[in-house]
Amino acid sequence: MKNYIEFDGVCFAYEEDNEIPAAENVIENMSLKIEKGDFVAVLGHNGCGKSTLAKLCNAILVPQQGKVYIDGIDTADEERIYDIRQRVGMVFQNPDNQIVATVVEDDVAFGPENLGVEPAEIRKRVDEALRDVGMYDFRFFEPHKLSGGQKQRVAIAGIIAMKPDCIVLDEPTAMLDPRGRREVMDTVKRLNEEYGITVIFITHYMDEAVRANRVIVMDKGKILLDGAPKEVFVNTDTLKDIGLDIPEATELTHLLIGKGIDLPEDILDIDELYSHIIRLTEEKN
Amino acid sequence: MISDITIGQYYKGDSFVHKMDARIKIIITVLFIVMIFMCKNFLSLLLTAVILVAAIAVSKVPFRMFFKSLKPIVPIVLFTAVINIFYIGGGKELLSLGFITVTSKGVFTAVFMAIRIVLLIMSSSILTYTTVPTMLTDAIEKLLSPLKVFHIQVHTLAMMMTLALRFIPTLIDETERIMNAQKARGADFENGSIAERAKALVPVLIPLFVSAFRRAYELAFAMNCRCYTGGEDRTRMKQMKLKASDFAALSVFVAGTVGVVLINKFFGVVI
Repeated sequence: MKNYIEFDGVCFAYEEDNEIPAAENVIENMSLKIEKGDFVAVLGHNGCGKSTLAKLCNAILVPQQGKVYIDGIDTADEERIYDIRQRVGMVFQNPDNQIVATVVEDDVAFGPENLGVEPAEIRKRVDEALRDVGMYDFRFFEPHKLSGGQKQRVAIAGIIAMKPDCIVLDEPTAMLDPRGRREVMDTVKRLNEEYGITVIFITHYMDEAVRANRVIVMDKGKILLDGAPKEVFVNTDTLKDIGLDIPEATELTHLLIGKGIDLPEDILDIDELYSHIIRLTEEKN
Repeated sequence: MISDITIGQYYKGDSFVHKMDARIKIIITVLFIVMIFMCKNFLSLLLTAVILVAAIAVSKVPFRMFFKSLKPIVPIVLFTAVINIFYIGGGKELLSLGFITVTSKGVFTAVFMAIRIVLLIMSSSILTYTTVPTMLTDAIEKLLSPLKVFHIQVHTLAMMMTLALRFIPTLIDETERIMNAQKARGADFENGSIAERAKALVPVLIPLFVSAFRRAYELAFAMNCRCYTGGEDRTRMKQMKLKASDFAALSVFVAGTVGVVLINKFFGVVI
């Protein structure tokens, strides 16, 4: 498959203030390729550069060294900045600070209106987008009367109404309760599967990362681990070293393996572990 | 909970007035205000009042809502009435107490002014009761758009109004949260002199401002990501279309204005 996002030797440092000298590179010589239609989770603790990575994807930030290409367009090309932003939509952490209008459907219409889409077409897109995220029944609501998860889904609808190829979500679930987190994750997962929208999902929740097709673990501006969830979470020691959690089921599996119980290393969820344990007990009997 | 508030004072309804084009409603309201000030005798004032009551009846907004909107301005009405009674001279002298004299003309003017203010408030209330705030800002943007000729950024103004409306509940919520946080640490907002209470609000206002600026920054970021570049080349999902009924309503008010002018002419000027 075609590479949709390509990082080529990217270095990025935040600009020097008058008094504070430029800190070291937040992104350090990073090369990365993301295929169209992939679902990538980016993990890492605070300050590892994962939000910077997100902002490099839609030309909010431009690297000092190296290049970022989105669908073949160089993000440093200022004339095509809005082509890039239309292709790569961004959802932020705080749902309150990205909703513009006082009515849900007007907010979803905001993006397409900015792109100059015909009114009838906007109407169609807004209704579709709201149905896709399961918020159609709330279209006349005022945003402040919705729950966090619902607001975040409205924000996602506002992005997909612009018909992007890719959505970058920068810790969209950090401020949500468990139910809201599940709503958002389910929505994003469905958009990825049904419409083939490329997803970059930045999070620090392991249970969310497990549902991605590919997991990238970042530390100090570099890619530490990169692969399918099963390949990544096997490296329990590396993950613990940089202060990340491990999915509970994986952790338990590793403890059991330490006790000499014969289990595969790459178990990610509790159901899988459960069926293995059942198998083992049946074998014993 | 404060967060349950509805912005503005929209009264949900499905009447003819609710369905009218917001632009026409604004124009009619302005026209009506002109009408109120053109009234020169009680007969023309009566005509304006009848038109207003008819409009309220058509809007199906209960009358008590209008009385509610009048409550805060009662002191203003009384104040202007009293001033008028004492300061307007002429006509028959009704009462004389030392340096205070009350004349028939003064009483007349006072009553007239009071009715005018009441009509004024009620007419603008119809507009806000029957129009959603978003429609109102959209309509204002459309109506002011000729000002673009003078390089006034009408779209920016309308966007500012929309964002202000959007963030009022958010900031009220935030204020409540900060106040609770300060109360938990022993802040006292209820007791003390006015100066002390004002001082107690400083630790609420500062975090509120800081957070408002942070929100503004993040919002600008998010808007930028959604390709917002200002008003140019922007389309709107909701198109405003003038209907025949809008013009019909407008013509009723134009006829009313003509009526007021004629009554003024043929029945003499009292004020």
